[in-house]
Amino acid sequence: MSNLIKDNAIVVDEWTRVTPPVLGEEVVKKQAGKVVLFKLTGEPTYSQEQIAATQIPATGKILLPLSVWQANVERLAGRMAAGEVGILIATHEPLEMLAATFADINELPLIAVFVERFPDGRIFTIGNLLRTRYGFKNELRAVGDVLRDQLFFLKRSGFNSYLIRADRSAEDALASLQDFTQPYQGAVDDKLPVWRRLNRSHA
Amino acid sequence: MYKYDAIDQQIVNERVKQYRDQTRRYLAGELSDEEFRPLRLQNGLYIQRHAPMLRIAVPYGMLSSKQLRKLGDIAKRYDRGYGHFSTRQNLQLNWPKLEDVPEILAELATVQMHAIQTSGNCIRNITTDQFASIAPDEVIDPRAMAEVMRQWSTFHPEFALLPRKFKIAVSGTKEDRAIVQAHDIGLEFYKDSNNQVAIKVWVGGGLGRTPILGTVIREHLEWQHALTYCEAIIRVYNMHGRRDNAYKARIKILVKALGIDEFGRQVEEEWAHIKDGPNTITEAELHRVAQHFEPMPYESLPAHDAGFDTALASNPAFAAWVKRCTHPHKQAGYRAVTLSLKPHGKAPGDITSEQMHLVADLADTYSFGELRASHEQNLILADVKLSDLFALWEKARAAGLATPNIGLLTDIICCPGGDFCSLANAKSIPIAEAIQMQFDNLDYLHEIGDIELNISGCMNACGHHHVGHIGILGVDKDGSEWYQVTIGGKQGNDASIGTVIGRAFSAEEMPGVVQRLIEVYLKERTDEERFIDTARRLGIAPFKAHVYAEKEAV
Ligand code: HEM
Ligand code: SF4
Repeated sequence: MSNLIKDNAIVVDEWTRVTPPVLGEEVVKKQAGKVVLFKLTGEPTYSQEQIAATQIPATGKILLPLSVWQANVERLAGRMAAGEVGILIATHEPLEMLAATFADINELPLIAVFVERFPDGRIFTIGNLLRTRYGFKNELRAVGDVLRDQLFFLKRSGFNSYLIRADRSAEDALASLQDFTQPYQGAVDDKLPVWRRLNRSHA
Repeated sequence: MYKYDAIDQQIVNERVKQYRDQTRRYLAGELSDEEFRPLRLQNGLYIQRHAPMLRIAVPYGMLSSKQLRKLGDIAKRYDRGYGHFSTRQNLQLNWPKLEDVPEILAELATVQMHAIQTSGNCIRNITTDQFASIAPDEVIDPRAMAEVMRQWSTFHPEFALLPRKFKIAVSGTKEDRAIVQAHDIGLEFYKDSNNQVAIKVWVGGGLGRTPILGTVIREHLEWQHALTYCEAIIRVYNMHGRRDNAYKARIKILVKALGIDEFGRQVEEEWAHIKDGPNTITEAELHRVAQHFEPMPYESLPAHDAGFDTALASNPAFAAWVKRCTHPHKQAGYRAVTLSLKPHGKAPGDITSEQMHLVADLADTYSFGELRASHEQNLILADVKLSDLFALWEKARAAGLATPNIGLLTDIICCPGGDFCSLANAKSIPIAEAIQMQFDNLDYLHEIGDIELNISGCMNACGHHHVGHIGILGVDKDGSEWYQVTIGGKQGNDASIGTVIGRAFSAEEMPGVVQRLIEVYLKERTDEERFIDTARRLGIAPFKAHVYAEKEAV
């Protein structure tokens, strides 16, 4: 069964996510004896070697890390034109880079934001900026450590699809999109704060 | 005070339902500890040394008598019959059961209360001056704006999982009583040269491990832009705060690292995009909320009351209480009253269910059914007639709520410390109790005069030790409990961080150490000086010399 929720329904995932291979030992970063769980905004994600060694499927819709796309622009131009390329960025990757890569961000049928650990709330700002600052209109997907208890916030931050973590039920998660009927503040999905949305003065 | 409409009520009801399901899934093993953690924290539930601890929101410290009665009932039914007022104007229960929390929240919702965002890495309860609306030096009553901000910050989707917790304080007086400079964002309301309400915005303050006072990021912000400007600040922080290291994750570290100019530039750049957007506050909305904070229906009274004056002249105990525990009021013939939750020898800020009921009755009888919690961990009846003070005092005294020590040495701010908190290096409550017993002499306390003594059990600084005139910090030395002492810290407009006087002390030494600090002050002070003034004038040297010299000699 699919674990993808799109626009309030569970649908089949047509996209194949392409991930650069791990080369050699994975380094665990530590600071004062503790494992560092989050990359800082702007830290690089993949090495040139990893990007070069990435296997890209020959057919079908592919979801590529931005850096992999940048290394293969010419080779994949036809597939991009055919609407078969989506771009994935991680929560620590600067959006400016994504915006600078495409003359029109709406060429992309899909942008996915990868959140490695669910407490990384940068994903909400990223969703918001993609919609409000960069004017992205197509599918905006959350992937990675995506859990039902964050769905409502993701929806309000401009996401419209969610690939729920594989060991959790997307069916259960669907319900959480409706957690609150009238949220207070204006956000991406509903731009108006409740006092502009409804008449509160009669209370 | 603010009363919920159907929309507010629906949000807290939906929250109860959501949290009930989250708890159910956790207990059924469908949510891991790690996944449940931020969920319960955003609902004020810590897992502590003995049991969970539940922090209930008291928005900007305002409570109705009905709410306080409900809190008393909840403490009785689900806890051990008492609660604890915190330094952020909230109420904490130390022993609730995790399984009972959804029920507690459901009960709270019936009196328009909740525990939303009282902990966790999100925007916390917004705090303010406990004398809002009645203080003679008040320029603007900040409560309507605090309520507008409470609503805006509740389940703010973009800021649900910040790098670290985020605290906002608002103040509308000349003399700051909300410690705006010790908050992630401090909003200081004032009237500008056009007589319009404006805000001076402070950013990057905070105590904890790295105490830093805030810096002004904007001298003048029109009130309409309070929300969008805060959004710009928090957005820059959300993207660039140090998520890699929990100890460096507060906004203060980011502001220091970038410098206020660069940080301010990024904020202004962000703000340019959202300024005047839909979250811009309208006159109509502010007005709707402000209606809930209209002045009380005061009687017009003369500035003096004969009965009160007579009692004052003839009853020294009453006079001492009036001096320490009542405060000037804008309205002639009225006073604000602080009910001390610092009786000598009891944990500061603790209150029993019975006392909660009694205070609720007092509020109904004498103060329009409302009260406030202060960050000094006391309760305030804001609107009491002079002619009622004597009767109020007698009842409060009988209930152990009239210790005349407000602002004195035994009005200690103290965190739960090692008795309750799993992060503690050392116990803090027994130190507070020992100091209170050492100075259990009211004449002597009055002689010492205004002084603030703050205690934290570890460098997280829940007890604000850095800004205590005397600060005590629990430290761990080879697994045993020690206490480091600072002097010269202060809250308010001229806030400062205290200086460590030297090597740490054992618990037994602490009352004596405080005694010696006081001796230096009493010997050196000029007529006008409070402890803090003497400490600032002389620096730590004479205090240090006396405290350690005598020790070495013994
Ligand atoms: C017993 C459970 C408690 C735990 C586990 C706890 C934990 C913490 C931690 C970890 C911090 C530091 C956060 C940081 O600097 O980033 C902190 C700060 C703080 N806590 Fe607590 N706390 C507890 C109880 C309390 C109580 C009862 C109060 C009020 C009396 C309180 C008031 C505060 C305040 C005001 C700060 C802010 C200091 C600052 O500005 O950095 N806490 N707490
Ligand atoms: S200061 Fe430390 S010991 Fe005290 S409550 Fe906070 S975390 Fe616990």
